[in-house]
Amino acid sequence: MIDVANAITLLANYIIVPSLAYGSQLALGALGITLVYAVLRFSNFAHGEMMSFGTMIAILMVWLFQSIGISIAPLPTALIALPFSIITTIFLLLILDKFVFRYYQSQRVQPVTFMIVSVGVMFFLAGFIRFIIGTSKKNFADGERFIIKASEFKQMTGLAEGLSIRTTQAITVIATLILVTAIFWFLNKTRMGKSMRAFSDNEDLALLSGIKPERVIIVTWMLVGALAAVAGTLYGLDKGYKPFVYLQLVLPIFAAAIVGGVGNPIGAVIGGYVIAFSEAFITFAYKRFLTYLLPDEWAPDGLVQLLSTEYKFAVSFVLLVIVLLVRPTGLFRGKTL
Amino acid sequence: MSFFVGSNMYAGYGASMILNGCDIAVDKGKIAVIVGPNGAGKSTAMKALFGMLPLQKGSVFMDATDITTLRPEQRVIQGMGYVPQINNVFPSMTVLENLEMGGFVRRDDLSDTISDIFDLFPILKTKQNQPAGELSGGQRQQVAVARALMTQPKILMLDEPTAGVSPIVMDELFDRIIDIAKTGVAIIMVEQNAKQALQIADTGYVLVQGENKFNDTGAALLANAEVRQAFLGG
Repeated sequence: MIDVANAITLLANYIIVPSLAYGSQLALGALGITLVYAVLRFSNFAHGEMMSFGTMIAILMVWLFQSIGISIAPLPTALIALPFSIITTIFLLLILDKFVFRYYQSQRVQPVTFMIVSVGVMFFLAGFIRFIIGTSKKNFADGERFIIKASEFKQMTGLAEGLSIRTTQAITVIATLILVTAIFWFLNKTRMGKSMRAFSDNEDLALLSGIKPERVIIVTWMLVGALAAVAGTLYGLDKGYKPFVYLQLVLPIFAAAIVGGVGNPIGAVIGGYVIAFSEAFITFAYKRFLTYLLPDEWAPDGLVQLLSTEYKFAVSFVLLVIVLLVRPTGLFRGKTL
Repeated sequence: MSFFVGSNMYAGYGASMILNGCDIAVDKGKIAVIVGPNGAGKSTAMKALFGMLPLQKGSVFMDATDITTLRPEQRVIQGMGYVPQINNVFPSMTVLENLEMGGFVRRDDLSDTISDIFDLFPILKTKQNQPAGELSGGQRQQVAVARALMTQPKILMLDEPTAGVSPIVMDELFDRIIDIAKTGVAIIMVEQNAKQALQIADTGYVLVQGENKFNDTGAALLANAEVRQAFLGG
């Protein structure tokens, strides 16, 4: 019985808690990508850098707050920096929309051209961000680090395995819950949100119904800006901020959006968790887990790890390929790419 | 002059002219049906009347006001409703949401109009929370017509409303269209099922090469030997 409890705690500590946090960050990112795809009809490769930009603003604000002695300990200062980050990111996206994307919209260019434009924006933003904040790793998480420490958990329960939950993980999950609920409420209950869905569903009929495309596009970029800023900041808070990582993050985020069904907001959220949990389950070393559950003489000698953790990006790639082959519209019947 | 008139319309795509001096007119509470062979410019005439295709010559009047230069969405506000031939619903949105989007330009309360529409199309009331894309072809056409009715238009334009539905559903749709006309709405309709459509038409237009070939009451056109021979299959 103790063995089973130990095994479950082990899984919770190394897979469930970290994947819930990582999955939430992917879900927010994928939601942003899916919104751009649904309304503006292109794959936004610049989304990772948009998240990075939001995080950079949050870090700059945290430094400012720390230097003038504002803090909300035990919570991280980044939480009060978040609104500023959201507003600045939205501002940036509206500028990009006005001076870059709007032109291609008016030319009614192919989605492929649009995608290349977004790659251009990605490189521009990447350079811009490195220019301001540099390339080195920045840790900006302050306040209380843990909600439950592994050692405390062990003392409390008397188990051999510890369960630790970091403050940033809990904040990530709660913030995602709030933001996703708000976005779904907006899309399904408000006039503006419904008109966005209508525009995504059938652009011509939306125009005939008197829905104004400019307003739909502006509101979309505002939502995407908020999502990118929050997703980026939460990721940076949880794992430390390094500009290069946000470039790599685009792959699992796209995988999440496509696995869930691109253009479908529910799919994007579920897809985020599917990717996160798959990565964790496939790269986890099950040796100790099996040792707890199996009779002693069956205990494995090796690590019982399907794939080493360096290959975790391969997991999203493989999932992406499988979904595109077997069910191109994704789990939740999005649009086909 | 009739309530809604498109007179001497010339329009086309690029250098090729599709409409060559076509005239369409309809009065409140009446049904005008445009029939003709493939490529005669029926759908083009509808697009020209609704402002989706600019006229090179000619003009469109509603209630004796010249609306030739208005864009489609402005014509919707002026009281025109248009049901496209294809892609005429929001497939992932529920029936109710489709209706709400139909009334997007209205700032007042939509509930009275919605209940009127549910009286007209009872099946939509039972399916109101189902995505429009999951309905049958006939039901989807009803959603499409209902969506256009949400602005309480004075003139309703239907581009082949019975395309791809079964004969039974077609009869039912025609009955609904007659009901709508009875409420005082002017209706212009393009139809492939020419015989059935002319039976309910107050006015019929036979379009050939973008010109009015015949123009009479529906019954007279049905009785006309030449029209029967050439366009209605004997």
